[in-house]
Amino acid sequence: MAKVYIPTMLQTLTGGVKQIECQGRNVRQIIDGLEAQYPGIKARLVEDGEIRSNLAVAIDGDVARMGMLERVGETSEVHFVPAIGGG
Amino acid sequence: MTLSNQVLSEVEYNVVGKRPVRPDGVDKVTGRAQYGADVKLTGLLHAKVLRSPHPHARIRSIDTGKAEALPGVKAVITAKDLPFAALSREELGGDYNRLKFASDHMLASDKVLYKGHPVAAVAAVNAHVAESALALIEVDYEPLEAVVDVRAAMRDDAPLLHAELRTSSMGEIGDKPSNVAAHLSYEKGDVEQGFGEADVVVERELTTASVHQGYIEPHNSTAFWNTDGQLNLWTSTQGAFAVRAAVADVLRLPVSRIKVTPMEIGGGFGGKITAYLDAIAATLSQKAGAPVKQLMTRAEVFEASGPAPGSWMKVKVGAKNDGRLTAVQLEVAMDAGAYPGSPVMQAMTCAFACYDVENGKVDGYDVVVNKPKTAAYRAPGSPQAAFGVETVMDELCQQLGLDPIDFRLLNAAKEGTRRIEGPVARRIGFVECLEAARDHDHYRTPPEGENSGRGVAAGYWMNRGFQSSCVITVNFDGTVSLIMGSVDIGGTRASIAQQAAETLGIAYEDVKPMVVDTDSIGFTFITGGSRTSFATGLAAIEAAESVKAQMVSRAAKIWDAAEDDVEYADGAVRHKSDPELRLGFKDLARQLATTGGTVAGQSNVDPAGEGNSYAVHLADVQVDPDTGKTEVTRYTAIQDAGKAVHPSYVEGQIQGGAVQGIGWALNEEYYFDNSGRMMNPTFLDYRMPTSLDLPMIDTVIVEVANSGHPYGVRGVGEVPIVPPMAAIANGIHEATGLRLRSLPMTPGKILEEQWERNGG
Amino acid sequence: MPGVVHVQAKINGEDTNFLCEPRQSLLEVLRDVLGMTGTKEGCNDGNCGACTVVLDGRIVDSCLVLGVEAQGREVQTIEGMASPGGLHPLQQSFLENAALQCGICTPGFLLASRALLDAEPDADEGRIRHWLAGNLCRCTGYDKIVRAVIQVSTAPEK
Repeated sequence: MAKVYIPTMLQTLTGGVKQIECQGRNVRQIIDGLEAQYPGIKARLVEDGEIRSNLAVAIDGDVARMGMLERVGETSEVHFVPAIGGG
Repeated sequence: MTLSNQVLSEVEYNVVGKRPVRPDGVDKVTGRAQYGADVKLTGLLHAKVLRSPHPHARIRSIDTGKAEALPGVKAVITAKDLPFAALSREELGGDYNRLKFASDHMLASDKVLYKGHPVAAVAAVNAHVAESALALIEVDYEPLEAVVDVRAAMRDDAPLLHAELRTSSMGEIGDKPSNVAAHLSYEKGDVEQGFGEADVVVERELTTASVHQGYIEPHNSTAFWNTDGQLNLWTSTQGAFAVRAAVADVLRLPVSRIKVTPMEIGGGFGGKITAYLDAIAATLSQKAGAPVKQLMTRAEVFEASGPAPGSWMKVKVGAKNDGRLTAVQLEVAMDAGAYPGSPVMQAMTCAFACYDVENGKVDGYDVVVNKPKTAAYRAPGSPQAAFGVETVMDELCQQLGLDPIDFRLLNAAKEGTRRIEGPVARRIGFVECLEAARDHDHYRTPPEGENSGRGVAAGYWMNRGFQSSCVITVNFDGTVSLIMGSVDIGGTRASIAQQAAETLGIAYEDVKPMVVDTDSIGFTFITGGSRTSFATGLAAIEAAESVKAQMVSRAAKIWDAAEDDVEYADGAVRHKSDPELRLGFKDLARQLATTGGTVAGQSNVDPAGEGNSYAVHLADVQVDPDTGKTEVTRYTAIQDAGKAVHPSYVEGQIQGGAVQGIGWALNEEYYFDNSGRMMNPTFLDYRMPTSLDLPMIDTVIVEVANSGHPYGVRGVGEVPIVPPMAAIANGIHEATGLRLRSLPMTPGKILEEQWERNGG
Repeated sequence: MPGVVHVQAKINGEDTNFLCEPRQSLLEVLRDVLGMTGTKEGCNDGNCGACTVVLDGRIVDSCLVLGVEAQGREVQTIEGMASPGGLHPLQQSFLENAALQCGICTPGFLLASRALLDAEPDADEGRIRHWLAGNLCRCTGYDKIVRAVIQVSTAPEK
């Protein structure tokens, strides 16, 4: 089971739960799993089928290159972090 | 290399880590290099943009009739000529706001949002005629109250820039219009508890001013919209593909209709990612049926491109008496300029990345104000945050009586440190940078002269990966051509060619790198984010590996051997079990023509594992008590480069970034009058450092290999601008006892602080 | 439209004739009339030095000189700095010392540096920093530029 960290601002939707175990082989499945447990959370993370433009998913510290399709390992850590470009 | 510039290398390579002359060097010292302004085309017209004199106004009407009638004028356009004008809200749906912002940023439709906002453009036989025509365009404005201060713009009664903008709090949309485009928050542990455990807590508010990237080459674009519908653009940009995407978006064109040729670029620093002129020049060209060149003046560069955001911050840190941090907190608001998108999220992510602390919270606000839309500027967001965090940490050290480097070593982020936004750090070189700083002659020698002091500050930038493409083609004489999409701003032709040469085991001089247009190479992300030597380097390595595999296959064919029995090593192919069978790269290349033709390796990469960069800067300053003027007398910048591919250009990045930071610290600032107009849009009044203002910038390159790259490379371009402001502020404190909490730290501010301390 | 003026000048040693409008700067004439684009525009108001050329032996910002002022005078630009035999020692030193990044300010720095060393071959770091203060570079922090000039200078301390 992947370890999913709930962003601080979405913890109101999880009743204060900060971290949950979630089944899923890719980000899409993880988010669907989250939604099943905490209805409404998907709409805060996803827009038009993709991760919101100002967010990114980090799997074990690496920002997911393939967004919703990125593979998630059995024991991966999943974070929803700010999407960041450089100069 | 001198003692002033040390490289602490642990691994040596044949080409990587050497200092060859850059391939574009001769063209650039002889004036032959072709920059955007140098483009010449038959029948070329010249364009000028009419810009708003008001920081905030409604456009009632625009009359271009007289301008169009002026002899020599070939085309006049306004926002009505952009596709957005003909698109309905229904057609665009959820994309409406985004496209309106993008289109209005090119040419304002209903409102102008900053002084310098484009409202119309003219193409004419020369720039003088175009300029005369601008004066004939009549715009009826209804001036509106403007707001340029980030905190003022956040108030409920602030003038609103966009009637439809509402605050997004991670997808939750606010119930009323606001200048706050976004609010984000991350927390790790429990800060309340952490501050409760602290023996000492320091909490301060700080501000920073808008500053400009200050590249010496103004923005330019030349467009030719051919009668077959193909649009050609020649422009100064950090990313030809970014320009293509932006122009395709605003002009609603398929990307296949647009070819962008990136010319040599005269500096960018993040400010040449936005395509300001290209869609305008293209539309004028379409209307005039001729090529159109457009150059910004320096005033236009200041008033309508860049800048980096002004910011407001509240920083709170708590520690035990032994110096161990217990909690850290940052609230930061950054001005995005006229449209949403400040680097506040970067500020939040970078702010405490130097520290391993149990409890932390960061809150960030992205706020629109009546300034030009902010653009990226070298480690966007991180320098402002570091000014706040690193000066407050210095105050904490002072209160605890701790050496600033010992304090940072005690609390340093290292492999395994969990950041506030969640992910865990890989192998990073912050501790090694701190140790190099502690052991440096600079730190062991007291600052010289009266009224002098030394400041220490650290900095972080995450670095980026993103997509890059390369093609390596082997010539029959054994030289190779290396084709890439990464624009070369500061020597990346050299650093990419070095990595290709190293991988192939051939001489650097045998690799001919070329930067090409968007039709000639696969998608390549911008030169920015400290990504190019890392990601495009990886693309070159992968293309080189493909070449090697094909060379092995050719040798196997020549020797009638199985491919598995042939290997590539040290720039040659050889038979694993027959030492007689060996062909050097050039010898094999000569046989390519008769064994199937040329060999080409192609790659598209989108790498993870970029490897974060850390820096520690030492700044000695001397403050004149009579004038308040601060002089930087000695400066040393220490940075983990993973592996410096071309140490001279790594040093150059460090020195250039440090000096931009020195300017940001001491001089540079957008001055606004009461109505929100920039008062100093010239290099005389916007005072960037000159050679006379500076000492040599000494460097130490620390090399803690990045496991995400075969040679250990980490990006280097951005982090050097992060520590200087705090390092200098901390130095000014040691010199004067004054804590400056507002950038820039001008002589006037220092005198005022002095007078206040001395009771007026 | 203002009338054009016939100007005769010596540019990089060659007798040159051109027509220009009285309002055109020498920078415009070099770049747009004569096609000599090695001289760069950075600010067009005399504050950055990117358009530095040598006029009768003195360095000037060519954006602040009118084209017609070149009448009967001698102009030297970056295009005349290297000889057929090779680069000027300063050009070579800039290359070897990585004294350029984006390169847009480089022609101006080279002409200004040559003017200094022609007059004061033994200029030291302080003198070089003072002399080059009229040329802005945003990429390098000046360190490697100053070192490149020091290397060519005959100053005793290097």
